[in-house]
Amino acid sequence: MQQLTLRVNGVERKVKVAPDTPLLWVLRDTLQLTGTKFGCGAGLCGSCTVHLDGEAARSCMTPVSAVGKKAITTIEGLSKDMSHPVQVAWIEEDVSQCGYCQSGQIMQAAALLAKNPHPSDEEIIDAMTGNLCRCGTYHRIRKAIRRAADGRGGK
Amino acid sequence: MTPISRRQFLGATAVAGAGLVIGLYFPRHGLSSHEVEAFSPNAYLHITPDGKITIVVARSEMGQGVRTALPMILAEELDADWSQIVVEQAGASTLFGDQTTGGSASVRTTWDPMRQAGAAAREMLIAAAAQKWGVDPSECLTERGIVVHAASKRSVSYGELVERASKLPVPREPKLKDPSLYKLVGTPVKRLDTPSKANGTAEFGIDFSSEGMKYALLARCPTIGGKVASLDDSQARIVAGVTHVEKIGDSAVAVVAGSVWGAMQGRKVLKVTWDDGPNKDLNTATISKSLRQALSDKSVPLYRTGDVAAAEGRHIDAVYETPLLAHAPMEPGNCFAHFLGTSCELWAPTQVPQDVRDSVAAALGLKPENVRVNVTLMGGGFGRRLEHDYAIEAALVSRAINAPVQVIWTREDDMRFSTYRPPSVHQLKAVLDSQGWPTAFMHRLVSPTIAGQKGQPLEAGVDPDLKDEASFLYLVPSINMDYVATPTPVPLGWMRSVYAAQMAFASECFIDELSIAAGKDPLSYRVHLLAEDKEITFFDTKWRTDRLRGVLQLVAEKAEWSKALLAGRHRGIAAFGCFGSYAAEVVEITMQDDEPHVERVVAAVDCGQVVNPKILEQQIYGAILFGLSAALRGKITIERGQVQQANFDTYPIVRMNEIPAVEAYFVESHEPPTGIGEPPVPPLAPALCNAIFAATRKRIRALPVLNG
Repeated sequence: MQQLTLRVNGVERKVKVAPDTPLLWVLRDTLQLTGTKFGCGAGLCGSCTVHLDGEAARSCMTPVSAVGKKAITTIEGLSKDMSHPVQVAWIEEDVSQCGYCQSGQIMQAAALLAKNPHPSDEEIIDAMTGNLCRCGTYHRIRKAIRRAADGRGGK
Repeated sequence: MTPISRRQFLGATAVAGAGLVIGLYFPRHGLSSHEVEAFSPNAYLHITPDGKITIVVARSEMGQGVRTALPMILAEELDADWSQIVVEQAGASTLFGDQTTGGSASVRTTWDPMRQAGAAAREMLIAAAAQKWGVDPSECLTERGIVVHAASKRSVSYGELVERASKLPVPREPKLKDPSLYKLVGTPVKRLDTPSKANGTAEFGIDFSSEGMKYALLARCPTIGGKVASLDDSQARIVAGVTHVEKIGDSAVAVVAGSVWGAMQGRKVLKVTWDDGPNKDLNTATISKSLRQALSDKSVPLYRTGDVAAAEGRHIDAVYETPLLAHAPMEPGNCFAHFLGTSCELWAPTQVPQDVRDSVAAALGLKPENVRVNVTLMGGGFGRRLEHDYAIEAALVSRAINAPVQVIWTREDDMRFSTYRPPSVHQLKAVLDSQGWPTAFMHRLVSPTIAGQKGQPLEAGVDPDLKDEASFLYLVPSINMDYVATPTPVPLGWMRSVYAAQMAFASECFIDELSIAAGKDPLSYRVHLLAEDKEITFFDTKWRTDRLRGVLQLVAEKAEWSKALLAGRHRGIAAFGCFGSYAAEVVEITMQDDEPHVERVVAAVDCGQVVNPKILEQQIYGAILFGLSAALRGKITIERGQVQQANFDTYPIVRMNEIPAVEAYFVESHEPPTGIGEPPVPPLAPALCNAIFAATRKRIRALPVLNG
């Protein structure tokens, strides 16, 4: 066990965990931030996607000891009031079905748009292909990202 | 008269908040004070004096939209103000009949009770207002949650009528609306659960936690049917956080810890020697061989007309085959259980709360009424959550450790210890006349029976699922469809569209073969065989040739079948009826490096009255991609009795980089609603394989297409 200080959604959180624990389980079990999901445990599905210093990262493959001082953002911290353009677009396009993969999809999309506010269709596909959805919401995910990028996703 | 009470089962509480919210009920809580004067004319509805209208959904939400679509049906007949609706999820209950969520049945089986529940309440609210005003009920109308007496320009809200309405008798046969008056049903109302799924607050089974809860992973024998021979838990017990190692039944060992990661680490170093049991020589090749051999076994009839033996002409035959498949919902298996000595409480992502209740009760030796099953959101179901294995495991582990526990399956557990869609072999035969039209059609299905394996009775040797899933509507003078149920030790489960996907793959590819042999266009060949309007009864369903023809013609029009394709494109068509609905699809492909690339799928469905076209569209898109994943690469293989696939690398599903353009259309109809979650799945694989034939002249008779 090791005492670590993490910066999660803008707040410093002290945790005492085994250093090889994937960030995913620290978020879910230790910090009760369950919006980040476990899907494959192998970096194959993207359900566990969070931001580390704004970059999309698979929290199931990131040992908590490797996070260091990087700022962690989870779906709970993307906005306080659902005002993030990607969230607004997601609701407008009625993207979700079962919803399980959607936190990861939204975090992946938000990271893409932060870096590349006007991605081409190809760039959207490149960025999103690592995120699986078994319900088949991909068409609406693409539309929602396009909507958010076009500034039709709220503030 | 006292309102029919559901209070002993349903306690409080919808979470307060802006607009529409999803609440879960907590059976362990008592009656909350605001319910005392609630108007509850039936188990589905609950109106409080503050005007809040709670609609209880007795089916499980797994992404198919029941928490929005089912309340719409009741709210329509109630003339409720949709913005005042609160949705409550029922757990296992005795008030709602069968609560199984499967068989594309949620809308079709709750359509009548939900409409009647709403209509009865509306009549009572009108009667209450009329009584209050001393006018005749026939002079009163309802609109958006109020009763209006136009002549005296008076109105009163539903909430204000709660006390009076509660004292009135519940009408037995309330008058239902004429569909032309629908204001909600048939409109693209936004799903109520979308916001909670965009900010991480939606609670799935895996997200449930309670005070003192432990996490457990189970080690299971990798060989089907194997058992624990011996156990060395010395290493596992010293892993940080591990609190218990317990043998669960004959064939599993639970590693329990204070965290999921701890349990995972503990399981990794657990040493179990397995007794492989009787299936250590089982493999995919022997399974396939045994199915093919069973083609000559004694069969039972599914459908017969005319005399196939008497048909003369050109004989054509082919054998088709489909593999084992896994559901692979995004949320791996999990369940929370807390065994309390004489009772047990579960929080389960389940499609079958009542079966979970009963099987957990049996496993623990409790009375079913002492097992409380709360239903959580599900991260996909697709039939996997029609099983109760994870719930029984959770209950047994909780009893073994005397603490609340969340059992979690990893993705590898999900893939290796699933229940699988049965494999199938199909023998197709036809006799064509001199014009190329079939005079006889034979389809023999050989497949293990899912129901039979689970100990459910077969009806005249027929797996009961086939009744909804084995139609053949083309008007051929002599038809013989039959079935051979074979045994298998592989655990079987119902997967989205169940046998319909296999039946459609075989018969819709074979019809294509016949059209090619006849030198005719595959679309007009089908339409010709459906030209006459006829009703055809398959078991309990009365199918109509005109409705199947209708979706074929609609999809052909939308896909511009009569026009030339873009250069390099090829297309195929297929149509099928299952779960009471009709679906047709056109698939357009290009060939790239000898592999098909699906460019466009156009779908048309006829599922009777549509409740919510937006949710319908989601279901069609989803079914197409589900069918595409299965058709392109879906296969579970077995070697030495062990499933070979373990995660999404070895069991790939379609990703965003290979989705086709999709268009979905439906037939406007006021026929009673029928299934939609499954019917658009079956046509995909045959339409794709027919397109591949158009491109390559190569007929694919065994799935998956990319069998690398």
